[in-house]
Amino acid sequence: MTVVFDRPKALLDVPTHYCPGCTHGVIHRLVAEVIDELGILDKTIGVAPVGCSVLAYDYFACDMYEAAHGRAPAVATGIKRAVPDSVVFTYQGDGDLAAIGTAEIVHAAARGEKITTIFVNNAIYGMTGGQMAPTTLPGQVTETSPYGRDVKTAGYPIRVSEMISTLDGAVYVERVSVDSVPNIIKAKKAIKKAFEIQLQGLGFSLVEVLSICPTNWGLSPNESVKWLRDNMIPYYPLGVKKDATTGEVK
Amino acid sequence: MADKVLMKGNEAIGEAAIHAGCQCFFGYPITPQTEVAAYMSRRMPKVGRVFLQAESEVAAINMVYGAAGAGVRVMTSSSSPGISLKAEGISYIAGAELPCVIINIVRGGPGLGGIQPAQSDYFQATKGGGHGDYRLVVFAPASVQEMVDLVQDAFDVADKYRNPVMVMGDGMLGQMMEPVEFKERPKKELPEKTWAANGLKGREKHNIINSLFLKPEELEAHNNKLQEKYREIEKNEVRYELYNCDEEMDLVIVSYGTLSRICKNAIKMLKKEGINVGLIRPITLWPYPVEAFDKVIDKTKNGFISVEMSCGQMLEDVQLAVNGRKPVHFYGRSGGMVPTPAEIANKIKGIVGGAK
Ligand SMILES: Cc1ncc(C[n+]2csc(CCOP(=O)(O)OP(=O)(O)O)c2C)c(N)n1
Ligand code: SF4
Ligand SMILES: [Mg+2]
Repeated sequence: MTVVFDRPKALLDVPTHYCPGCTHGVIHRLVAEVIDELGILDKTIGVAPVGCSVLAYDYFACDMYEAAHGRAPAVATGIKRAVPDSVVFTYQGDGDLAAIGTAEIVHAAARGEKITTIFVNNAIYGMTGGQMAPTTLPGQVTETSPYGRDVKTAGYPIRVSEMISTLDGAVYVERVSVDSVPNIIKAKKAIKKAFEIQLQGLGFSLVEVLSICPTNWGLSPNESVKWLRDNMIPYYPLGVKKDATTGEVK
Repeated sequence: MADKVLMKGNEAIGEAAIHAGCQCFFGYPITPQTEVAAYMSRRMPKVGRVFLQAESEVAAINMVYGAAGAGVRVMTSSSSPGISLKAEGISYIAGAELPCVIINIVRGGPGLGGIQPAQSDYFQATKGGGHGDYRLVVFAPASVQEMVDLVQDAFDVADKYRNPVMVMGDGMLGQMMEPVEFKERPKKELPEKTWAANGLKGREKHNIINSLFLKPEELEAHNNKLQEKYREIEKNEVRYELYNCDEEMDLVIVSYGTLSRICKNAIKMLKKEGINVGLIRPITLWPYPVEAFDKVIDKTKNGFISVEMSCGQMLEDVQLAVNGRKPVHFYGRSGGMVPTPAEIANKIKGIVGGAK
């Protein structure tokens, strides 16, 4: 019998706490498959954020840290500088990375820290029950934007990938989505490339993954996928934003 | 014996850390401790180690969390407003039980305060600073030599107990130059860092650096374990100096850091006038040297006086240690004002009633 589908070694055989239909699980799996394929489980160290993926340290089989809210890139910097031959990744939500942790991510990228960031953008604060995030779309209703995000008072969403791409220390930046099988395959390719950039010692890499939060969007998983496609992708265009290995900057 | 060299306090801190095997230093400029970072930026690359100027104190302390969790010796340095920013990270480091050394060269507060010497971060250092039930070991050296010795001890104590250690001085100590010696130190037996998250490298189970315990029973058990450790530290690590405490005394001064040296001068002045005053100098601010009070309490006529460059922060610990057995007085200046020996002597004469 040939095994066609199995749990990646980099993921532990434990139940996760994610809501049914949440794509955090899909993204975990992609990261784990990449770690397996690159054969780097033994030297990979992951940093979990504060957010729905706070317990990621219990799911990944590599050594793990739990960082304070937004501080994962600084923690990862400390790890990588202390153990330069390790592979260090952060896994962060949009509240974590683009609000409270904006300084840490910008400066880790600017320094060209040889780490990889998986940035999960679901346009909301999932863990705390669905408040407005810096990535919440104009007009989007959340617990703290009950009349829809009003850009006159709450300002505009941040396009993190585009912003990080402007920094010379960032070597590879791509935005992907996990709303469909073809996009999931592309997302995995991007994550693999981001880890390879680190393995080659080239600098900072970031993959922004558009992700769904059925629970706090108040939609079914299917409706959520459609909402992501119709609303998020137009505001957050997919694709490589920067690839310094080819000189590509969009 | 090693040679004596003339060094500025802040630079001596850096060199002491290098002697102690500090692998990584993460800092951010702030007066009056910037020379620590400047010294490390010169020296660390030369000895093949890591210096990094962070984007903020918040980032610096989280870099410390990262490096400490990976099992290397790591230090950061700052002054009062910067330590406030580090408070979040210090709480996480204490919660995750990571060893590291934090230097605070205290300046006057609150707020942006001033840049002159002060001791007004006593509460912050000894009573928390960050959130949660945690303790820092706090060393308070009084000379550059003692700074050199205590910084090195701090790394050992941190590793021994898996606990952050703070070394607290003031701008005077940071800026003054004194001859120092980097003594040969006997190798300490310290526990192996089997908990470090530095890559599996063949290890079967992953290591996790974490301070999150969602189940109340687990968090309480964790807190109880921390408390047990703190009791152990209280038993083993208390340090203090007793000065002129052998005979009957009119009063006992309690004072730490550079200010304790000024107090010693006041004691000498008073002696000439026939007033005999002793000194308890806490070297560890936490654990607080309560036993020192028990040793002198029967020999002091007028009790104790807490002399501080703050508005009565250590006074509370003095009162707790004395526990109503004798009167407790207070003299303090703040904002960067440094008391003179004559000022302190006058205050004491007011209490003990002039020349005998
Ligand atoms: C200093 C601090 N502030 C606030 C919180 C509360 N908090 C926990 S998770 C979270 C938001 C996380 O949202 P995001 O990063 O978007 O992750 P998601 O849950 O959506 O995956 C907040 C504000 C905290 N834990 N720490
Ligand atoms: S709250 Fe949203 S992001 Fe969090 S697990 Fe549930 S669906 Fe996923
Ligand atoms: Mg989110």
